[in-house]
Amino acid sequence: MGCMTASESFVLAIGTKKGLWLATSQDRKQWSFSGPHFLMSEIPSIGIDTRDGRTRIMVGVRSEHWGPYVAHSDDLGASWTEPEQGAIKFPEGTDAAVERIWQIYPDAESRPGVVWAGAEPISVWKSTDGGEHFELNRGLWDHPHRSEWGAGYGGAAAHSIVVNPSGDNVHVAMSTGGVYRSLDGGTSWEPRNKGISAYFMPDPNPEFGQCVHKIAADAAVDGRLYAQNHHGVYRTDDNAENWESIAEGLPADFGFVMLTHPRRAGTAWVVPLKADGERIPPDGKLAVHRTDDAGATWKRLDSGLPQSEFNAVLRDAASVDSAEPAGVYFGTRGGAVYASADEGETFAEVASHLPDVLCVRAAVVAGAPITAGFSA
Amino acid sequence: MAEISVVLPSVLQPLAGGQSILTTPADAAVTVGSLLDSVTGTYPVLARRLRDETGALRRYVNIYVNGEEVRRLRGLETEVSAGQEVLIIQSVAGG
Repeated sequence: MGCMTASESFVLAIGTKKGLWLATSQDRKQWSFSGPHFLMSEIPSIGIDTRDGRTRIMVGVRSEHWGPYVAHSDDLGASWTEPEQGAIKFPEGTDAAVERIWQIYPDAESRPGVVWAGAEPISVWKSTDGGEHFELNRGLWDHPHRSEWGAGYGGAAAHSIVVNPSGDNVHVAMSTGGVYRSLDGGTSWEPRNKGISAYFMPDPNPEFGQCVHKIAADAAVDGRLYAQNHHGVYRTDDNAENWESIAEGLPADFGFVMLTHPRRAGTAWVVPLKADGERIPPDGKLAVHRTDDAGATWKRLDSGLPQSEFNAVLRDAASVDSAEPAGVYFGTRGGAVYASADEGETFAEVASHLPDVLCVRAAVVAGAPITAGFSA
Repeated sequence: MAEISVVLPSVLQPLAGGQSILTTPADAAVTVGSLLDSVTGTYPVLARRLRDETGALRRYVNIYVNGEEVRRLRGLETEVSAGQEVLIIQSVAGG
């Protein structure tokens, strides 16, 4: 979707450590909020599915007491449905239980109803009914490497899923395990991490085991992906056969976020953090960095961001919308959420003092914005 | 026939049709596991809040039989006698 019509609006979903907030806007400046939904449950994953002539918001919910589940709303959060038999659960014989749903990824427009999910323990799931029921991807679950995959600080999870337009190529990123690629729509999987350093392992260039934090596909160049790693920012132009560093020009090569433009080739955003010893924005100066040439150069973007910020931005706490120009959104562990309606050139704080922001998603949706709630 | 009662915390009651107490007939002692199977059989969402898909009791769900938390007894194999009351209480964990 390249531009807005009068009957469209923007929706912004903010998943936090203690609930979900939803906001709508017609101009990406004034936002009307509702929430918290799912108070006292964390919301580590959100998918906004605008296919099939409806807006379905799917959320991965996790209560420390009552466990994880997937719920969805077709009315912008006025009501929520949890499928009675549970949307995601390990089948008998696996002796595993879902700990947390890290990713909810609506597939392409041409495959309505198909939704992918990534979860902890490391697993990939696929729904063909709009996220009401997911099946475990057995090819990855039964992969001989699985016993050697490790856990990052946040847990062992498949956190990124990228599917190409034809649906044949599926890339999954896991912490820690690295990038795995399927060329047959998810039936079989092979690691594809050549060129990505794993400096924290005895062999810094293993076949797998890298701590990739996020991957994203270039919408306009088939076979091009970007990766933000635990130290290292990379690009591949050959469908993950080879990765090359594009970190030069960034103030730090650590971070969690990797976003790509919804249409334009070569444009991506990262939010650098200094690590390993600090894990804060470099010098306490929060900034987004954007490349428009596939990582050859980076532009620092901090207009509208605070002078001083010591909170990190987590891997899924950032999003782009599909408008023209694209909107860029992100939230911090300090509970602030910033939005840009001009691809990051200028930001405005749209929410503050929320619980730790875990996930942010934004979309252009049909219909007028909701008016209930409060303004920010 | 005697019954065994399971008392739910208020936060879970909407998942049991608003009931605060679920009962099941029991002539003899049953295990906590089979008691949960029985009282949550028609409330699958409630069942998942208490136990994960392997059948394990969730970490911060505490079940008391005769005032004793079942993890200090025989876990889900702990026996409950007919006429007894079982309490489900969420742990005070959290921040």
